[in-house]
Amino acid sequence: MIEAQQLTKRYGEKTAVDRLDFVVKPGTVTGFLGPNGAGKSTTMRMIVGLDAPTAGTVTVNGRPYAEHAAPLQEVGALLEAKSIHPGRSAFDHLMAQAYTHGIPRRRVDEVIDMTGLQSVAKKRAGAFSLGMGQRLGIAAALLGDPATVMLDEPVNGLDPEGVLWIRNLLTGLAADGRTVFVSSHLMSEMALVADHLIVVGRGRLLADTTVRDLVRTAGGDTVTVASEQPARLREVLAGPGVEITGEVGSEELHVTGLTARAIGIRAAEHRIPLFELSARTVSLEQAFMDLTRDAVEYHGTTTVETPGRAA
Amino acid sequence: MSTATATDSAAPAAVRPARPPYKVTGRRVLRSEWAKLWSLRSTWITLGLGLLFLIAFGLISAAHYKSSYDGGHLRPDDANSTALGLSLFGTNFAQLALGVLGVLVTAGEYSTGMIRSTLAAVPRRLPVLWSKAAVFGAVALGVSLVGVFVAFPIVSGIVSGTPAALSFSHAGVVRSLLGAGLYLGLVGVIGTALGALLRSVAGGISVLVASLMLVPGLISLLPTSWQDDISPYLPSSAGEAMFSLTHDATTLSPGAGLLVFLGWTALALAGAAYRLVRTDA
Repeated sequence: MIEAQQLTKRYGEKTAVDRLDFVVKPGTVTGFLGPNGAGKSTTMRMIVGLDAPTAGTVTVNGRPYAEHAAPLQEVGALLEAKSIHPGRSAFDHLMAQAYTHGIPRRRVDEVIDMTGLQSVAKKRAGAFSLGMGQRLGIAAALLGDPATVMLDEPVNGLDPEGVLWIRNLLTGLAADGRTVFVSSHLMSEMALVADHLIVVGRGRLLADTTVRDLVRTAGGDTVTVASEQPARLREVLAGPGVEITGEVGSEELHVTGLTARAIGIRAAEHRIPLFELSARTVSLEQAFMDLTRDAVEYHGTTTVETPGRAA
Repeated sequence: MSTATATDSAAPAAVRPARPPYKVTGRRVLRSEWAKLWSLRSTWITLGLGLLFLIAFGLISAAHYKSSYDGGHLRPDDANSTALGLSLFGTNFAQLALGVLGVLVTAGEYSTGMIRSTLAAVPRRLPVLWSKAAVFGAVALGVSLVGVFVAFPIVSGIVSGTPAALSFSHAGVVRSLLGAGLYLGLVGVIGTALGALLRSVAGGISVLVASLMLVPGLISLLPTSWQDDISPYLPSSAGEAMFSLTHDATTLSPGAGLLVFLGWTALALAGAAYRLVRTDA
């Protein structure tokens, strides 16, 4: 459980994090989304006490991080990759972390196995590829068997197999009842693992919502249906929570609140022939871009409108 | 959109098995810093160099003295040499090696990013600084003592029969050797403090070298009356008082030298502690 209240961080004139309020709950994966420079990393650094908030507070499991007797058992964090000394082996790095808490060597071996680092554990971490470094960071995050796992851009630099591994790891950790907080600037990636989303832009909270609600508010889940008798179809489909729009004289109707399947069945029951029935789901990427358009820190010279860009 | 139900436990398991009783303690942080120090190759190399400087330079200076004496052309500078002074000739070089390694112990964590891991594990921060200073100070002290106590008997063997001859039984010799070890150990501590204070390897080394080697030269530009007041209290002079055999009116006694040098060490540590606690990592 992570709770932020009016969390603020200013660097001189620039406000990196601006009065953020949010709660990250256990048992689900919470995605922390925002364009580059939105304040995600700064927020995470404040959660583990690396940066002190200018104003406001953030607590982990009810207390500021630094006040816990065994901090690594409360939060396991992967911050910017390579929070390691390149001259030290992966095993020695993890062991040094383990010593501070009295974590046994057995647990170090366990996280090495879990992250697939067995074959390189004795090699200097400086020689690791980006993906290996990321795995080492995750091994360190899991070391204390933490109640809250916080990962900053964990899929960066991972190959497809590694990305899949992260997804399964995250959902597995949440299923254990842990709090899982993962940042990303890729909506498509978040959509696959996160249940809950906290969206920020320029340090401000833009949305604290579920994936489904985000799509709905962005005007998604519309079904386009065309028929010879649009007026009659409109009557048949009408009901609570259903919204139907269509131009006069057009055969096409736009329906929200019903699935394509339900519309098709109801039309058949009333013997209304349909010419077209298609669901148009606004992509999450599009919803995210709409939400953060005004908050993007660094605009390219040409605005890319393609919604389907996934890394 | 939820894929969390892929596993068979639909509801989050509220009760998890009893968690192991991990806890951060001062002793464990010390243990961790000890492990960190020895798991880097640079530690072994630099400590080896420090030891080599201490012993080899002592032997070289003794051999040089001996050959000049035998040749009958002893330079005036060498006339007052003692086996102790000759055997501690390497101290100047060893202090560089140990001080630089001390800077690396702390500033190296900032330059590599390791500090984020370190402070995430010990978010109270100060135990990290005390542990690093204590661990490295003790190691530097140990290495230095080995160096001087190995160098002295060999040097005194080389120069036996010359005016420089001295043995362990001579008054003040053991005290001076211990003083030299203590001085080098404290130089290591000052190095760790400067590294933590400046968070930069280059900056830490520059300030270390400047305060131990350059400042004494600059002081000589001051009016003489000022020099006499300031000079004995400089880190380098106070340190030298700790391991000199003879003392006069312009130098501190070994005890006073130790106190002054401890004061400088404490000052550096206090600055490092202040910055560590007050500024973002």
